Amino acid sequence: MSEFLSMGGYGLYVWTSWGVGIALMIALLIQSVSAARSAAREAEATEQLSPRRRRRKAEVE
Amino acid sequence: MHRFANPTRFLRLAAAVLPFSAAVAALCLGAGLVWGLFFAPPDYQQGDTVRIMFIHVPSAMMAMGVYAGMAISSAIALIWRHAIADLIAKASAPIGATFTFICLLTGSLWGKPMWGTWWVWDARLTSMLIMLFIYLGYMALWQAFDDQTKAARAAAILALVGAINLPVIKFSVEWWNTLHQPASLITMEGPKIHESLLWPLLLMIVGFGAYYLTVLIFRVRAEIHQRRTRMLRMAQADRHNAMQAAD
Amino acid sequence: MKPKRQRLVIVVTGLVFIGAAIGFALFALNEELDVFRSPTQVAEDGFPADKRFRVGGLVEDGSVSSKGIVTTFRVTDGAHSLTISYDKILPDLFREGQGIVAMGVLNTGGTFEAQEVLAKHDENYMPPEVADALKKSGHFKPQGGDS
Repeated sequence: MSEFLSMGGYGLYVWTSWGVGIALMIALLIQSVSAARSAAREAEATEQLSPRRRRRKAEVE
Repeated sequence: MHRFANPTRFLRLAAAVLPFSAAVAALCLGAGLVWGLFFAPPDYQQGDTVRIMFIHVPSAMMAMGVYAGMAISSAIALIWRHAIADLIAKASAPIGATFTFICLLTGSLWGKPMWGTWWVWDARLTSMLIMLFIYLGYMALWQAFDDQTKAARAAAILALVGAINLPVIKFSVEWWNTLHQPASLITMEGPKIHESLLWPLLLMIVGFGAYYLTVLIFRVRAEIHQRRTRMLRMAQADRHNAMQAAD
Repeated sequence: MKPKRQRLVIVVTGLVFIGAAIGFALFALNEELDVFRSPTQVAEDGFPADKRFRVGGLVEDGSVSSKGIVTTFRVTDGAHSLTISYDKILPDLFREGQGIVAMGVLNTGGTFEAQEVLAKHDENYMPPEVADALKKSGHFKPQGGDS
């Protein structure tokens, strides 16, 4: 196991590469999902304020 | 093409694609990670550092691929005033910038033990860094305008001008004597990577592609909803003004 | 005038980024993008006197020797070769037959005094067993440090 972690002495480089790469990709995914949700919520809330447009609500998600 | 300019239709299509792209991304990245870290053999020269390739190469390819997509969407948005194309370009930029950053970072972490340096101003590394700056400049340009139509046009022009950098990156290793080695994967003679290392690499590339599609769908969704909010607010303000004028 | 100032900040940041991109590009081009010369180019076209430059080639077999902290070796491109001395730690990939790029100055004695030695690897990736098998069957292509 420790042999596997050491990666032939290059463990620091290999694990940092994978670690930071995966962390950034997960962070971007989470940020994108939450941005989509909050934008959808805001659009819906704004729609509630304009009565004449309420009928179109069903069209957009 | 204008069939997909309708946001509602686009959202419906995106919702249909999303489960597949998310599943492919999760499966390929998961399998690629296990294969690349546990089962792939070390390289005869570079030992276990070759495992950095499974992150470095896909992020480099996607950094360029996303830019190409962004430039094409920008062209479509400019020429046909396609309503979704500029949003796709805008939504792509942060993803492409992230890929570019990962590529530069992992390249640096690979270069230190193998080449003996974190960084060298060779043509490949420099042109890749310039692409990161173009991505960031593109994102800043979108923020610099209140008028989204103007922002879209300015950003699209920047994206198209910046596309000159793509062939420079690709062929930099041939045009200049660079420390970076020539292409291993996309070459005239086919891949120069042994299949025991090639398969996990291809898995990761497919995974990165599916990941891009998945994140892109969420980001375009956010853009469409934001645009809708803006339009609704404008309509409300107009109505308010009209009522005041009537008084 | 808060939004206006915010916009100004953003535009300036954008300009700084684009300026930095152009600056880096010019800086890199000024340094000739860190391109290297081959020993043949050095022998035939000469070299910039008293100026640092880069030389790239393959480490000649059996040419590596070290005295204290100074390592001396020859790089070759097949036609010409050049003696290089270096007094720092060599990269892990440094070995005989390996492509390297050295930066330094050529002294009057004809020895290239390197201030930096970087290892260059080729575009082929394979497991050790495959490399051994290829070497045994004689199909192994040694890398070209200078393509």
